[in-house]
Amino acid sequence: MQPEIPQYAIETRDLSIYYGPFEAVKNVDLKIEKQKITAIIGPSGCGKSTLLRAFNRMNDFVPTSRVDGEILMHGTNLYSKDIDPVEVRRKIGMVFQKPNPFPKSIYDNIAWGARINGFKGNMDELVEQSLRNAALWEEVKDKLKKSAYELSGGQQQRLCIARTIAIQPDIILMDEPASALDPISTLRIEELMQELKKNYTIIIVTHNMQQAARVSDYTAMMMLYEDTRSGTVIEFDDTKKIFTRPSDKRTEDYVTGRFG
Amino acid sequence: MDVSVNKSLASNSFRPATLKRKRRLNEGLIETILFMVGFLTIFVTVGIVIVLGDQALLFFNDPEVTLVEFLTSTKWVPAIGEFGIWALVSATLTTSAIAILVAVPLGVSAATYLSEYASLRARSVLKPILEVLAGIPTVVYGYFALLFVTPILRSVFDNRIGVYNMLSAGLVMGIMILPLISSMSEDALSAVPNSLREAAYAMGATKLEASLQVVVPSALSGIGAAVIVGISRAVGETMIVAVASGATSDFTFNPLKAAETMTAHIARISGGDLSYNSVDYNSLFAIALMLFLVTLVLNLISQWVISKFREQYE
Repeated sequence: MQPEIPQYAIETRDLSIYYGPFEAVKNVDLKIEKQKITAIIGPSGCGKSTLLRAFNRMNDFVPTSRVDGEILMHGTNLYSKDIDPVEVRRKIGMVFQKPNPFPKSIYDNIAWGARINGFKGNMDELVEQSLRNAALWEEVKDKLKKSAYELSGGQQQRLCIARTIAIQPDIILMDEPASALDPISTLRIEELMQELKKNYTIIIVTHNMQQAARVSDYTAMMMLYEDTRSGTVIEFDDTKKIFTRPSDKRTEDYVTGRFG
Repeated sequence: MDVSVNKSLASNSFRPATLKRKRRLNEGLIETILFMVGFLTIFVTVGIVIVLGDQALLFFNDPEVTLVEFLTSTKWVPAIGEFGIWALVSATLTTSAIAILVAVPLGVSAATYLSEYASLRARSVLKPILEVLAGIPTVVYGYFALLFVTPILRSVFDNRIGVYNMLSAGLVMGIMILPLISSMSEDALSAVPNSLREAAYAMGATKLEASLQVVVPSALSGIGAAVIVGISRAVGETMIVAVASGATSDFTFNPLKAAETMTAHIARISGGDLSYNSVDYNSLFAIALMLFLVTLVLNLISQWVISKFREQYE
């Protein structure tokens, strides 16, 4: 058998995710391209976040959760026995819905992750670079020792992005990163994502259809099976196509706001 | 979908709304009761201070004693009119320090285990056991110290340690306040929002790194409160020290020696046949006042330390 040439950042094969006996996500096959932004959209409770959290094995913390099928990162199955979930999370960073900076200084919020991951270089430089890349440096450079809680919500979220990129992951997962932010902060996050995709693969879950249309290159549309209440990806395509001429009637109804 | 509300039914069920100010008697009543209950605690505290201060004044007015001697001397021999409080304070500080050194690391570790690591099953077994520890009468702890811990210590230290010693009393006192510190710390740890743990894990933290470097520091003010309560409990503890640490009022910080704490001294003297209004009798109130002060000062110091410690986070 030929060794596979991994051309995708993440590829799922017949992926199903269970909580106990309940199949929350069913038979998902996705190929997520490198250095692109892929949006996952769909109505509430259809398993978007569950799917996202499977990518960096955050679902491991739910004691009853279980995964069938494969999730390949650059060709390596993230759920094979010899994979260390801690290392997976180092390579696949995550930004959450509500900004969740640590109750530490702005500086330490970034330095901490680097330190626990064995960073040996110049910490000041890393902190500055990460803050610059997260478009936050100019606003906080004079108060690095101040608590992260003194920042506004939008700044906190950019700080969370900064500390994520400080540990140099390959992929960044974003779980509705702007849903708790005002429109201006949202716009800044979206601009930032466009910058970040030069170096990172980004997967974003969003409820905001305009946001998906604005920022993403590809969109996966998720929907529940009526009978089993399991979520699945019903359509996965170029964002333009999803929003202009989707091939699935349900996608069309959803993106035009007719239900969901 | 029918979402219309049957308006006539809904409005008939309420009393007619007038905009005039109403007298809400029960609101006022509740407020008065709550105020009185709150005031009661202040009243009791003030009352204690007044009673102690009043009697202590009699003590300090006695020609046999001076305030300076009381606060500076290290000899407490009432029989010959020596009243130096440091002889008793030293024992209180030593036993309390040992207790805190035992209870804080163990209590915080136990709390971290229960809150961050333990499975539901392990928790359901361990928590009740810890709570049983909290329910043991202190006199039992006292005899546990004297009859179980001291013999072990004597086999370790040979004859360098007496039958009565502060080490044994302090260790057992530590075990006594352990459940207090662990359950208060656990509450503080459980109150740390899960989003912080997730943030730590999502950055490639191991469980240990997340627990010790994110969750515990975030719960520091709650853990600090637990330590403060623990200190107060240790300083005020009477029975264990009365039974296990001896009745010699020597000035010493050596845990292998016997020494009498302020509380144990009060308990012992007031249990004897002491004539009312004698110097000895009045000295008890001066000691009690000092005990009050020591607790207060230790509380203030701990609060200050915690606020210093917290500053880097806030």
